[in-house]
Amino acid sequence: MLKYDVLIIGGGLAGLSAALRISPGIDAVVISKVHPLRSHSVAAQGGINAALANHPEGKHDSWELHAFDTIKGSDYLADQNAVELMCKEGISTIYELEHMGAPFSRFPDGTIAQRPFGGGGFPRTCYSADRTGLVLLHTLYEQCIKKNIKFLDEWLVCKLVIANDKCLGVIAIDLSSGKIVPIKVKAVIFATGGYGRVYLRTTNSYINHGSGIGIAYRACIPLKDMEFVQFHPTSLYGTNILITEGARGEGGYLINKEGRRFMEDYAPHTMELAPRDIVARAIQREIETGKGVNDEYVYLDLRHLGAEKIKKKLPGIREIAINFARVDPIEAPIPIQPAQHYSMGGIDVNEKCETIIPGVYAAGECACVSVHGANRLGGNSLLETIVFGKIAGIQASQYVREGYSDTQNEQELHNSVKEIKQKIKTWLSRTSGTKAHELLNRLKIVATEMVGIFRNEKHLSIALETIRQLKEDYNKAHLASSNLKFSQELINIVEFELMLDLAEVIAISALNRRESRGSHYRTDFKERNDEEWLKHTLVTFTEKGPQISYKDVIITKYKPEKREY
Amino acid sequence: MEYIFKIFRFDPEKDKEPYFQEYEYDFLPNVSVLEALIIIRNELDSSLSFRYSCRGAVCGSCGMIINGNPDLACRIKLGILNTKEVVLEPLANLEILKDLVVDMVPFWKAYREIRPYLHSENKFPEKEQRISEKQMERIYQFINCILCACCYSACPVVSKDENYLGPAALAKLYRFVKDPRDRRPYSFLKKINTQEGAWGCHTIFKCVEACPKDVRPVDGIEGIRRKLIIEKLKRFFGIKK
Repeated sequence: MLKYDVLIIGGGLAGLSAALRISPGIDAVVISKVHPLRSHSVAAQGGINAALANHPEGKHDSWELHAFDTIKGSDYLADQNAVELMCKEGISTIYELEHMGAPFSRFPDGTIAQRPFGGGGFPRTCYSADRTGLVLLHTLYEQCIKKNIKFLDEWLVCKLVIANDKCLGVIAIDLSSGKIVPIKVKAVIFATGGYGRVYLRTTNSYINHGSGIGIAYRACIPLKDMEFVQFHPTSLYGTNILITEGARGEGGYLINKEGRRFMEDYAPHTMELAPRDIVARAIQREIETGKGVNDEYVYLDLRHLGAEKIKKKLPGIREIAINFARVDPIEAPIPIQPAQHYSMGGIDVNEKCETIIPGVYAAGECACVSVHGANRLGGNSLLETIVFGKIAGIQASQYVREGYSDTQNEQELHNSVKEIKQKIKTWLSRTSGTKAHELLNRLKIVATEMVGIFRNEKHLSIALETIRQLKEDYNKAHLASSNLKFSQELINIVEFELMLDLAEVIAISALNRRESRGSHYRTDFKERNDEEWLKHTLVTFTEKGPQISYKDVIITKYKPEKREY
Repeated sequence: MEYIFKIFRFDPEKDKEPYFQEYEYDFLPNVSVLEALIIIRNELDSSLSFRYSCRGAVCGSCGMIINGNPDLACRIKLGILNTKEVVLEPLANLEILKDLVVDMVPFWKAYREIRPYLHSENKFPEKEQRISEKQMERIYQFINCILCACCYSACPVVSKDENYLGPAALAKLYRFVKDPRDRRPYSFLKKINTQEGAWGCHTIFKCVEACPKDVRPVDGIEGIRRKLIIEKLKRFFGIKK
């Protein structure tokens, strides 16, 4: 049996940030189903927010103003103490990244460059052209090499084992062999990212199945605010690859088929730089009322920025548009449509990244602190991964040193190994039945059509019913190939069960929240209703099905007010 | 259009020798090689193994040899291949683990050998270090590298000498050497002043052709060579010790 003090699941920004903060002397390992540099963090483009006040128009910026923008952007559902912590820490975090070698773009005075982003009162998004995720992930990985951090690459964690209400370990599959391996740990940090691939149209990588969130849920750790799903306004039509908000930050226009900048109808003051929920709804509305091109997309027009600016500030976007849509943004507008992008909800944690189970922590997109509430501002997710990854690493180290006592019986781990082996045997023994990817395709369609940008009771009920039907069908799923080495079929069948759980939790949370707030828009309850719904949704797994409860939002000094842009 | 995929298959534990398996499938020309592979695996043969993640040419997972050329499967659309026959092989110069999945360990070993991190006095920073955009621009070409190993696979020197660091690692080294914040000692550079290091490259430019991100690793290798010569001259003339 493998044994470690701390197991960090996921090698993206949150995971690596946590790994770098594990105290010396503590035996930690990062376990990841892909090589860490293949994590989805690598795909982040536009930047990371912090009130550095470097921009000539942002000299009066402060972390308090950053907190206010974040809270207003969240439609007042974020926990304000956590937001304040993140925005305050943000400034030193950027300086630290810079000292680690992150190649940020620069202003003429040599300071870190900042660009405007949606919902931000000042230009405060620090960036490295339009490949900020790539450079930050590489920078943190480089630091991990320097510090000799241990890695288990291409291992899929498939179960969290809790005994006596404490963390005991996990069960993982070594993907290179297909072997099922128990790992005993004192503490575990989930840094497993989002579940974008529950949706048909998503900017997320193929690997974003969200199984980490599902594993925590199956271990009876509550999920919070799962109805809040962010749809990014601008994904490339066809492949739904992300086209950064930075393109609008640099001055890009959104135009409908009539060639009109339609954002003036929806957010006359901030136009294209309104928060994402508002812009995504506006685009969807244009498409649904016949003002989209071919009823499918609108245009992101960068032509007026000129060739030099596009090549310098948005080289990655240009490369993507040329490679994947055969459009050079210097010469033609980019066809875009909204697509699932981010999960505001996730594993319920407090501002110390603690779950309800001692020794189990979560950070980054898989977690819900909550700093994004009902809608995340662009540029805040990279910040969250690094700030809260760090906190999770510190907290887990402290727990191992001070809070942990080994009274655990390893038998529970062996039982879980047997249980998973039995499951695989059953899947292999079936000679016919449904394959996981077929079920997954059905799930994606229902999620996109029924639990999308515009929601209502009827659609959400249909979604729930379909998801429950899919759960039945899953019980007949089978594995066609018995070779389990590097078997994506095996990964799919293991993760798909958890994706169904997540879809169910998203739909049930959305069905219950009878108001519109941030990204959650109900066409049958169009207004925000603070009196009844200024609270977080919690969903807990039980054998009988998901159980819903609610908890208060933490408010420090920013009183909820009407959200206008 | 009906495409014929000839895909390299090999499981060292089960097969005596590698072989090519053929799959026929009707694809639209705007489908990428990666999307096609996923469909083939889902619909025709679930035992087929290959790596992938982002599908947007930024994570570096899906490097493979496509009709003879190393490239990322996600960024190559079937239509631009101008043939209905698509031959897919694993990256060269690396051992095969299964089908299109190669053992990347030697590649990462070379990467680690150049100490791929900023060497600096790690004081707790109060502010950023001021650097001009011009200085940063010198490394932008190299930070574009996604470590997909397409160059490593294309390099004729790697194929003859497995100890050669290869284009990606050397280009990464140059990214740090050129970074005004890096305080790497000359003693470290001396270590790669060898045939396995900076002088191994025969400037055949295969890596430049193979790179899907326009990194031009040879530029980095030549940059390191220049740096080595200048440092040597400085020491020869007693300007530096």
